[in-house]
Amino acid sequence: MSRNTDAIGSPDLLAFAGAIAAGEIEVVDLTHTLSPDFPTIVMPPELGQCAPFRMEEVSRYDERGSAWYWNNISMGEHTGTHFDAPVHWISGKDLPENSVDTIPAANFIAPAVVIDISQQSAANADYELTVADVEAWEAMHGRIPPRSWVLLRTDWSKRNGRDYVNMREDGQHTPGPCPEVVRFLVEQRDLHGLGTETIGTDAGQAFHFNPPYPAHYYMHGKGRYGLQCLANLDRLPPIGVVILAAPLKIRRGSGSPLRVLALVPRARSGM
Amino acid sequence: MTEPLSRPKRKDPLKKTRIPLLPQGTRSRTALGLTAAAAEGRFQLQVCGDCAAVVYPPRDACPRCLSANLPFRDVDNGGTLLAETTIRTSTDVYFRERMPWRIGTVLLDAGPAIVAHLHGDLREGERTRLELKLDKSGQAIVIALPARDTPNMADDPQWRELTCDPKYRRVLVTDGRTAMGQAMAEALSQGGASIVFVGVADPWKPFPGEDRLRKLERVEIVALDLTDTISVNECAGEFAPRVDILVNTAEHVRTGGIIERKGLTVAREELEVRYLGLMRLAQAFGPVLRARGADGINSAAAFVNLVSVFALTSWPAYGAFSATEAACLSAAQSLRAELRPGGVKVVNVFFGPLETEWYQAVPPPKLAPSTLGRAVVQALRQGLEDVFVGDIAEDIRARLAVNPKALERELGS
Repeated sequence: MSRNTDAIGSPDLLAFAGAIAAGEIEVVDLTHTLSPDFPTIVMPPELGQCAPFRMEEVSRYDERGSAWYWNNISMGEHTGTHFDAPVHWISGKDLPENSVDTIPAANFIAPAVVIDISQQSAANADYELTVADVEAWEAMHGRIPPRSWVLLRTDWSKRNGRDYVNMREDGQHTPGPCPEVVRFLVEQRDLHGLGTETIGTDAGQAFHFNPPYPAHYYMHGKGRYGLQCLANLDRLPPIGVVILAAPLKIRRGSGSPLRVLALVPRARSGM
Repeated sequence: MTEPLSRPKRKDPLKKTRIPLLPQGTRSRTALGLTAAAAEGRFQLQVCGDCAAVVYPPRDACPRCLSANLPFRDVDNGGTLLAETTIRTSTDVYFRERMPWRIGTVLLDAGPAIVAHLHGDLREGERTRLELKLDKSGQAIVIALPARDTPNMADDPQWRELTCDPKYRRVLVTDGRTAMGQAMAEALSQGGASIVFVGVADPWKPFPGEDRLRKLERVEIVALDLTDTISVNECAGEFAPRVDILVNTAEHVRTGGIIERKGLTVAREELEVRYLGLMRLAQAFGPVLRARGADGINSAAAFVNLVSVFALTSWPAYGAFSATEAACLSAAQSLRAELRPGGVKVVNVFFGPLETEWYQAVPPPKLAPSTLGRAVVQALRQGLEDVFVGDIAEDIRARLAVNPKALERELGS
């Protein structure tokens, strides 16, 4: 501990910053680039849709502004790599501190564990994470610490376009958690939130689960958070990661696109 | 007999693209009655309301009885070509580079003698049909055609100068995800276009009819999302110099009036797809179209807007939709004036409910998308500017001309 605390016992942030600069702590960007062609969640066409990311040039060193380049951007709260606040779901609508502007800022920094179901997902696009999967993971890596993000590695972020969305005539087919495992994680592991690589913390077919969209229902019902459309989860170790995920401070916002960063300790060379 | 057009060679990149020139386009306000008729493909002349004389050229008083009551009326277009002249030189820069040019005097059965442009298959002394057409300046001229269709008559250079025939032209259909867009692509491919680029947005989302669309002859799918300025600009960057006719098939049909809709999410989507989509297309493709109005056989010819007839008067059951369509119509009118210096026509094709999912609860008559597709090809071949397709569109057009207030009240019941 002496290495990380100063003489009067408070944490040594300069040492922390130094470790990042020295590469002893690697910063892994878990964010997709916000771009107009990144898929958004698809609702039935008679309903309003989540607006995709759009960018309109205001000026580009031209007659509209000779020395400056800037854009107006627009998007839905749930576009691109984004954060879900508890108020997003009906089960979390009456909780305190349930919108992106009221969530305590400390909650935007939390440890994470990574559960790898990429092989199962490659074999079965509708793969559902089970309690048994989590228990098997814990047998290898230890019990999931309370208030940890659980990041579900499916390697889905490596897919593109149609394969990524995987829309068929009966809806989307992407992996996600089964209802029981969400309850287990929320009630018995006190999870901080669930992070996925797919569009949605729930499986593509989760509308047909009981309850529908269990990750949204149980997590947000207990005031916990979601991260979606994450990338680079394959670059994270199973344990020992810290996540920085601070959504935009939108008044009464249900979520927001954001930059998600993972802090990963790396062994120093020669050790 | 008209020499059939052959497929134009690829352009010599060392040759300068000719600036589009326009024939003289000034007319009296009264003479614009001919322009109005030509825009819709009617043959109308002034007919004296008092003595029934058929009058040409347009006048403010009847030359026979001096009456000022001279409305434009549909008139029989049959006549005889009395004399023809071949012009071989001119000081007018537009005609100068199109010589030789044939004109002649036609005695119309209805009365007046008219100096008309002549189709190449018409000879002195023969029977003829006259048509009013919009020339490159967007004003009406009269052309005399053979009394009966002749082989390849659409390929006559003087006639093709007045039309936007898709034959050997390259077309962009802006949205191929819909039944209408697909019908349009098919009709234009069959209508002789040398290639039909079909825009598809959100390629990650499958859509009905996709397999069939991909198999259509001379159809090429291109990435194009009308709600995304960057996408439209990128598509134009790649394809605009090869687009001679642009057909905007963007659709966004939702029910509900102004207060029926809760919030603005759907209205914004509507405006993004339709009004702003049209602006994006105009800004990205318009300048290139306008610059290529005289670029040989496959010169830029037309910007086609498929627009609901309820752009002209609101249908409150689809009230917010109607408002968006009205915005598109207004933008199209401005675009028409802006593209005119290039000799490129803006063709507004008005239609009523289609036989598609979004008009499911609307009783017939409804228009099959394939009918609309054929109508667009026909309108381009005829060089029309305003086209009303199907019973509903024609009915709305007729009732608007008689009593717009009554129509508004009836549509609101």
